[in-house]
Amino acid sequence: MDADSLLLSLELASGSGQGLSPDRRASLLTSLMLVKRDYRYDRVLFWGRILGLVADYYIAQGLSEDQLAQRKTLYSLNCTEWSLLPPATEEMVAQSSVVKGRFMGDPSYEYEHTELQKVNEGDKVFEEEIVVQIKEETRLVSVIDQIDKAVAIIPRGALFKTPFGPTHVNRTFEGLSLSEAKKLSSYFHFREPVELKNKTLLEKADLDPSLDFMDSLEHDIPKGSWSIQMERGNALVVLRSLLWPGLTFYHAPRTKHYGYIYVGTGEKNMDLPFML
Amino acid sequence: MEDSTSPKQEKENQEKLGEARRSWEGKTAASPQYSEPESSEPLEAKQGPETGRQSGSSRPWSPQSRARTPLGGPAGPETSSPAPLSRREPSSTPSPPAPARQDLAAPPQSHRTTSVIPEAGTPYPDPLEQSSDKRESVPLHTSQSERNTFQQSQQPKPHLCGPRDVSYNNAKQKELRFDVFQEADSNSDCDLQLPAPGGSEGAPSMLETAIQNAKAYLLKTSSKSGFNLYDHLSNMLTKILNERPENAVDIFENISQDVKMAHFSKKFDALHNENEMLPTYEIAEKQKALFLQGHLEGVDQELEDEIAENALPNVMESAFYFEQAGVGLGTDETYRIFLALKQLTDTHPIQRCRFWGKILGLEMNYIVAEVEFREGEDEEEVEEEDVAEERDNGESEADEDEEDELPKSFYKAPQAIPKEESRTGANKYVYFVCNEPGRPWVKLPPVIPAQIVIARKIKKFFTGRLDAPVISYPPFPGNESNYLRAQIARISAGTHVSPLGFYQFGEEEGEEEEEVEGGQNSFEENPDFEGIQVTDLVESLSNWVHHVQHILSQGRCNWFNSIQKNEEEEEEGEEEDEEKEEPDYIEQEVGPPLLTPISEDLEIQNIPPWTTRLSSNLIPQYAIAVLQSNLWPGAYAFSNGKKFENFYIGWGHKYSPDNYTPPVPPPVYQEYPSGPEITEMDDPSVEEEQAFRAAQEAVLLAAENEESEEDEDEEDDYD
Repeated sequence: MDADSLLLSLELASGSGQGLSPDRRASLLTSLMLVKRDYRYDRVLFWGRILGLVADYYIAQGLSEDQLAQRKTLYSLNCTEWSLLPPATEEMVAQSSVVKGRFMGDPSYEYEHTELQKVNEGDKVFEEEIVVQIKEETRLVSVIDQIDKAVAIIPRGALFKTPFGPTHVNRTFEGLSLSEAKKLSSYFHFREPVELKNKTLLEKADLDPSLDFMDSLEHDIPKGSWSIQMERGNALVVLRSLLWPGLTFYHAPRTKHYGYIYVGTGEKNMDLPFML
Repeated sequence: MEDSTSPKQEKENQEKLGEARRSWEGKTAASPQYSEPESSEPLEAKQGPETGRQSGSSRPWSPQSRARTPLGGPAGPETSSPAPLSRREPSSTPSPPAPARQDLAAPPQSHRTTSVIPEAGTPYPDPLEQSSDKRESVPLHTSQSERNTFQQSQQPKPHLCGPRDVSYNNAKQKELRFDVFQEADSNSDCDLQLPAPGGSEGAPSMLETAIQNAKAYLLKTSSKSGFNLYDHLSNMLTKILNERPENAVDIFENISQDVKMAHFSKKFDALHNENEMLPTYEIAEKQKALFLQGHLEGVDQELEDEIAENALPNVMESAFYFEQAGVGLGTDETYRIFLALKQLTDTHPIQRCRFWGKILGLEMNYIVAEVEFREGEDEEEVEEEDVAEERDNGESEADEDEEDELPKSFYKAPQAIPKEESRTGANKYVYFVCNEPGRPWVKLPPVIPAQIVIARKIKKFFTGRLDAPVISYPPFPGNESNYLRAQIARISAGTHVSPLGFYQFGEEEGEEEEEVEGGQNSFEENPDFEGIQVTDLVESLSNWVHHVQHILSQGRCNWFNSIQKNEEEEEEGEEEDEEKEEPDYIEQEVGPPLLTPISEDLEIQNIPPWTTRLSSNLIPQYAIAVLQSNLWPGAYAFSNGKKFENFYIGWGHKYSPDNYTPPVPPPVYQEYPSGPEITEMDDPSVEEEQAFRAAQEAVLLAAENEESEEDEDEEDDYD
C-alpha cells in the first residue's frame, strides 16, 4: 500500500483482522517519509509484516519511476530504522526453499540444514553429510520475492505503458467499476509478464497494449486460489490469496484507492489443493 | 468590414474583444450578423476573407482570433492571409484598405497554420463577408490561453444561413471557435453571396484552400465511431483547460481515451448504476436498522433495566486493547458488530455473550458470537440421532429357512459416541454466526464427537455458506455448519486462556474424588483476583491457564466409556457364532485438567506453542501483554493485568509445519468368516474338469456295473 495513504489503506485492509498497532502506525508514517527522501524513491510502499517467533519484520518497498523495475526492499524490526535488503537471486531462492517452519525474528539467525553431498575423493565416491547454514536474511529475501512474484496484484488500468518503455502510474485511473471489480480478469500480477506470450493471437487482439501488458489472475494455478469478496456492502472489494495466506488486496470501486498488504507467517500454503 | 488595420496581434485580448464588441454592436444594424460568437477563438486563422467589404461587419468575432477565421475566404475578398483580426471595426467603413490588411494578415500565417483548423473553405455568408474582418488566424496555441475559455459547452450556434444573430456579448467568451467553424461549414450550404475576394492574390487563396481542405479533413466523420477529429480535439482541449492537470502532455493519450469513453458512458447512467448499487443499498439499509434498534419506548425504566442486566460484553473496549496488539477489524466495523451483538442479546434470552472472532471464508466470512443461554432457556430442538444406538449386524437376517444362507457378516459398526450434553464439555457454549453485521444470526448445532474426530483429519476452507457440503476423505458427517462448529470447538479448547488466578474452581467440588469422567469442569471467577504484572505475563507462560476443557481424542471432553454399553448390547446381538473382535477394555483417555498453565502445552517441532509480546516497546508502563498462538495462527489473547480477552481472526485451521497428508483408506475389512461358501476359488481348468468327469464316470460305471447293464444307456446321459 502506498505510504502516502497509509492510514486509509490500513483501514480498508482491516477486514482481514491483522493490521498495525497505533505506535507502529505512527512510526511508519514518519519513517517512511524519511526513507523516501533518503533513498530518493519515487514511491514507497508498505509491503507488510512477517510474523516471527521472537519479533516481526516490517517490510517496505521503494519504487523508482519505472513501476515495473526491480523494487528495492527494506526491512525493519521496529518501524523506525530501515535496512536495505539485497535483491533476490535464484540461488538464494533455491537455497532457502529447504527451510521450513516459522521465521525466528532475528535476521542473523541461521538455519541448519543437513544435506547429503557426493564428495569425490580420488576413486571413492561417498556421500557426506554437510550442514548448510542458511541465514534468515536470505530466507526473508527469497520469501518476499516469491510472494511478490506470485501474489502481488494491481487493478487493470492502474499502470500504463508508454511507447518508450517505462511503466507509469496512470493518473487518470478512476477505479474499476463494480462489475469489473468482481472479475478476476481485471487484476494483474505486479511483475513482468510471464504468460502473455502464450496467449493466442485472438486473445492478444483484444488487448490494449498500453494497459494490458501484465498477466491477469484468471489463469492462476491452482484455480480458485483467490477469494474475492465484497465487503461493506459492495463498497470495497477484497481479494485474499489462499496460496500465501495473509495477503490481502483491497480496492474501493470507482475510486483510486487500492493496495495490498501481507501480514502472515511467510509460509506458502502447500495444502491448497486439499483445502478447496 | 475590414478590420481596421490594426496589427493583428496574435492574441487578442479582452480589450480587443471589448472593442470589437462595441464596434460590433455599433454596427449590428448594418451588418448581417454572423453568428460567430467566438470571441476568442484562437482558432484558426482564417485566411481571411477579410472582407474588405464594408458590410458593417459585424465582426462578431472579437478581435481575437475568431474562430472562424478561415471563413474569410468567401467573405472577403481580401483575404489577407489569416491575419489575425484584431478587431474589426464594425464600422461600416468600407473595407479598409484591403491590401493593408492583407499585409497584416500575412504574418500571422505562421501560427495560423498550426491552428489546424483549416476552414473548410465554406464560404461565409454575406455578412461575414461584409465584415471583412480580418480573421485572425489564431493558431491554437496554448499560448493563447485566453481563448481557451472555451468552455466545453459550446453553444451550438444557430446555423443559419442567413444572418445570424450573434448574441455576441455573452457568447463571445463562450463560444468556441469550433462552433463557428461548424457553422461555417453549415453555412456553406447557405447561399452565400460571397463576393469573390476582390483581388485575392494567388498565394493567400491557395493557403486558404489548403486550410479549408485541412479543416474538411478534420471534420470528416470516422466511419467506425461516428466521431470526428475536430470535435474530439476540441473536447479534449476543453477538458484540459478546465481541469488543468499537471504535465498534461504526459497524460495526453489517457485524456484522449477518457474523453472518448465519456462520450458513451452517459447513456447508460439511468439503468446501469441501479443494478450495481443495489446490494450496497441493501446492506446499508440493514445496517441502518441496527442503528435504529435502540429506540425504546418508556425510556427511563427500560433503560435502567437494560443497563443492569446487560449480557453484552464491552466489545469496543476489547477492540481497543486488541488494536494495541495490531489485531482488529477496524473501528466502525467493530462497532457494527457490537450493535449486531446487541440485537442478538435483545432477541434471545442470553445470559452472557462474547464476541468470539471472525473466520474468513472463500465467498463470505463468518462473525462468531459465543453465547450462554439463561438457565432453563435452552432451545434444544435438535433431534438426537443415533445416540448410543447400536447397529445390528444387519445383514444377518436370519434366513435360516432358506437353503442358501447368506454369510453373516460380523462387522459391527463402532458405536457412535454420544455427544456431550449441552452446557458441558465441548457444548458448553452455544455459537451464533452471521455473515455480516446486519444479517440475521444463525445458531450453530451442537457438536458431536465424531465430527471433531474427523475435523482433525481434514483441512478445508470455509465457503461462507452454512449449508455447503464438506467433501473430504474421511467423509465429514455433516455440512459446513457442523464443520464450522467443530473447528470453533477445537480453537476454543486450544487457545482460550486467562491469567492465572482469574478463574478458580468452584468450591463445592473441591475435595471430592471425582470420577475420572467428571473432572473438574466448572470454574468461576475469582473475586479476589488481584491481577498480575504485565511483565510477568509476558515473561512466563505459566501465568496463563487454559479455561476451556481439552478435547480428548475421542472427541469429547469427558470420557465416555463405550464398553459398558457394549455389554448390554450383547444380549441383543444376534450373532452367536462369530466372535466379537472388540477389545474388552479401552484405555481411558485422559487430558490435561482444566486450568492447566499453558507452559505445559506441547511444542510443535521446536516451535513454542505461544508467543508473548508486549504491545509496545516504546511506552512499557501502559503496555499490555499479548499472546499469539503458534498452533492456531490467528488466535490472540491480551491482558493488561486485570482484564483479559480472547479473540480469533483467521481461516480456521491449525498450523502444521509439515504438509497435510490425507489419511489413507483403511485396508479392506474381513467381514465374513472365511469358509467354503464365500471363499473364492479358481474356476477349474479343462484338464481338471475332464479328470473330474472321468472320475465321476468311473464311479458311476462301477455302480452301474454292479447293478445292471440297462443303465448303460443312461450313462450316456451323464456325459
